[in-house]
Amino acid sequence: MKKTELPRWATAVVLPLLNLLSALLVAALAIHLLGESPVESLSILIHSALFNLEGLSYTLFYASTFIFTGLAVSIAMKGGLFNIGAEGQMYLGGLGLTVALLAFDNTLPAWLLIPVAMLGSALFGAAWAFLPGFLQARRGSHVVVTTIMFNFIAADLMNTIILKLVPAGQQNPASRVFAAAAEMPRLNTWMPSLGDTPLNISFLIAIAALVIYGVMVWRSSWGYQLRATGLNQHAAHYAGVSISRMVIVTMLVSGALAGLAAVNSVMGSTHYLSLNFPAGAGFVGIAIALMGRQHPVGIFLSSVLFGALIQGGFDLSLEKPNIPPETFIFIQGLIILFCGAMENFYGPALLKLLNLGRKG
Amino acid sequence: MQPAVEFRNISKAFAAVQANADVSFTIDRGAIHGVIGENGAGKSTLMSILYGYYKADSGQLLIDGQERSIRTSHDAIALGIGMVHQHFMLVENMTVLDNVMLGSEGGFKLAAHRAQVEAKLREICARYRLDVDPLATVHDLSVGAQQRVEILKQIYRSANILILDEPTAVLTAQETASLFEILRLFKEQGKTIILITHKLGEIMEITDQVTVMRGGRVVGAVDTVSTSKEQLANMMVGRPIQSELPRAPFKPGAPVLAVAGLNLTDAQGVKLLDDVSFTLRAGEIVAIAGVSGNGQSELMEILSGMRLPTGGRVDFLGQHLPYTGRTHADGLPATFRKLGIGHVPEDRLRDGVIKDFSVMQNTVFGYQDRVKNRWGLFDFDAIAKRCGHLLNAFDVRPNNPDLRIGLLSGGNQQKVVIAREVSAQPKLMLVGQPTRGVDIGTIEAIHTQLLRLRDEGVAILLVSVELEEVRALADRIVVMSGGRITGELPIEEFDTTRIGLLMGGMHKS
Repeated sequence: MKKTELPRWATAVVLPLLNLLSALLVAALAIHLLGESPVESLSILIHSALFNLEGLSYTLFYASTFIFTGLAVSIAMKGGLFNIGAEGQMYLGGLGLTVALLAFDNTLPAWLLIPVAMLGSALFGAAWAFLPGFLQARRGSHVVVTTIMFNFIAADLMNTIILKLVPAGQQNPASRVFAAAAEMPRLNTWMPSLGDTPLNISFLIAIAALVIYGVMVWRSSWGYQLRATGLNQHAAHYAGVSISRMVIVTMLVSGALAGLAAVNSVMGSTHYLSLNFPAGAGFVGIAIALMGRQHPVGIFLSSVLFGALIQGGFDLSLEKPNIPPETFIFIQGLIILFCGAMENFYGPALLKLLNLGRKG
Repeated sequence: MQPAVEFRNISKAFAAVQANADVSFTIDRGAIHGVIGENGAGKSTLMSILYGYYKADSGQLLIDGQERSIRTSHDAIALGIGMVHQHFMLVENMTVLDNVMLGSEGGFKLAAHRAQVEAKLREICARYRLDVDPLATVHDLSVGAQQRVEILKQIYRSANILILDEPTAVLTAQETASLFEILRLFKEQGKTIILITHKLGEIMEITDQVTVMRGGRVVGAVDTVSTSKEQLANMMVGRPIQSELPRAPFKPGAPVLAVAGLNLTDAQGVKLLDDVSFTLRAGEIVAIAGVSGNGQSELMEILSGMRLPTGGRVDFLGQHLPYTGRTHADGLPATFRKLGIGHVPEDRLRDGVIKDFSVMQNTVFGYQDRVKNRWGLFDFDAIAKRCGHLLNAFDVRPNNPDLRIGLLSGGNQQKVVIAREVSAQPKLMLVGQPTRGVDIGTIEAIHTQLLRLRDEGVAILLVSVELEEVRALADRIVVMSGGRITGELPIEEFDTTRIGLLMGGMHKS
């Protein structure tokens, strides 16, 4: 029988790989034009990001943040909501944990302080996503538009707040450094072979979040209703789902996940709240959700890919002075272009090819 | 005389599915030619080939005796072939005139051409007694008038061969009669009409010849005068069809549903339901007959909890349905389902299933909170067991729970929906258009299920625009027009003319 759609293995594996390959091909061209060897550059990048323990643990450190923003965008996407606002929600999440830490970091022990701070980040992230969700649910204001706007509002708001938090005499536009109890335990404490790396238990929490996400979305009644809402709101309404409540709850969960992304960045590495610390991680989350097809394994792999790009791209620019550090942003952009905007670019051709093979 | 259209050994395959296999027949000029067959019999594919949507894999197409290759609908229009689709292709907020001109504007400046076209339209309307005002806006027109606009469009584009795809599906008996008048007039003017339908009565009434298709092949080509409904039905299905399904004697029980003074006014102040009252008893099928769009859909939505009424009261088993004190119907269908109201929605793909979910996932749709294990997660073993049981009991084909339901035929999707709703053991079953887009063999199966449910004492409210279906299932008929109940009659008094008049809004008084 003639297939009118691609089998799952093709959409889940072949298409993303083709898209990734295309992005790398264009990137190779750009590197060639910069006067460097693409093959050599790629091998430096890969080696630095994946094939040495310290580099790999840096890659996974970056990936820990991306897993959370990727999950945030993914869960909203499953419910049919395009949450562009993970960036702003993560930024506010940073504020949430900072509020908790500034209040308690000298009084509470680490085992209590860290969960409280995490709760703060989730709450603030969720709160920042609440209004777009509420407006979508009750007023029909499109969540894409409102969440974009909320990113800008978050940026300005945080600007004002962080400047107020700068202690007297400090040059750096950031809050004071948190007490040591607020530091996420680093994994090299138990595995010294990882080298000097900020990789911390956020990574393990991220993995747990992936598992919980998978179970909730595919094995729970709530996830079933979420997916139904995402695919067909009319039918979901018929099935008894309260659409407006579902939209609001989904945005709250999405915002909480985005807020949690701040934990790795702030408590895992800098230990203070600084201006513009998300640095685009929320937007990378969109690419990860698209490329990973909102599947836990896909989200994990794409997060690692983007982590590797940052880590490898950084080393690459150190070794090859011709290649500016911005190159990795360029490659990241290409990946987003091919995996996001042109997700199905190769779909029709692949389908034709498969049908041809079947006939022949 | 040369035939207007001749199909010679037309074959068309979509990979392994042979949509048309070696189809050959001719359509005489100036004749009304019926093409009938079940869903998937290949009628639509064949017409799509004639109208240039598809290209045949092999075979020839002769128009007025000459072999033609029709690659696009433009080619078809140039050859004088016009098509009136089942779903009208009209821009609703434009006038009739603008709709006709769309695609043949005749240059950059509209105004001059518009006057010219208007004159021509008036002339056509007079000649074919089409009764359409060229300056009326389409959304103000009745469905029948909109269909006449479609026909007008085709004549304006000088169509000599007119394809009508299920033209009477949305018409009242009276509108159908006037459509047939127009078609006869066409015939007198020497135009050729191809009528695609599944209503055998219409075939007998108006066509000159009939071609019957089954499984992509022509299984019969007969002159209408020399055949009968029964013969055609048997040819279509390939086996004899039971015309009367067995049912227990009518023994209605206690009232299950009492609707009193139900009103629904939309945001524009239009009354969609106007003082609707009726009762429904256990073990009874009440059918709401009417042309679609006369408030039946809204009534079903209200009774299933998908929409709030703006006034009136509904009692279900002696208990008020909880409409009051709410601003929206969000989540209300779940409450109603818990009370024991099952609902087979009339728009299956919009409401009844999630196309991208598997058959198995769709068997718990709406009942997702009843299949949890003690961890609060889905009990997949129980779901699979229940699904396997339902697929067997309702003969869903293919019997594969993991298939995406969107890949099933309309009839089998419907069987899944009905199986799901029946298995919840409702006390009231709301059934909207249960056999729309469903083939004859499956219609029989669905009707049998509904009658069995009735015999078990379930109260069934049926909405159908097919009078045949109403006649086959109902114990009592309620007719709706313009949001009001215009008449009510027991099945013994079934009378097409009278129901048609009531459907057209003629009150019983």
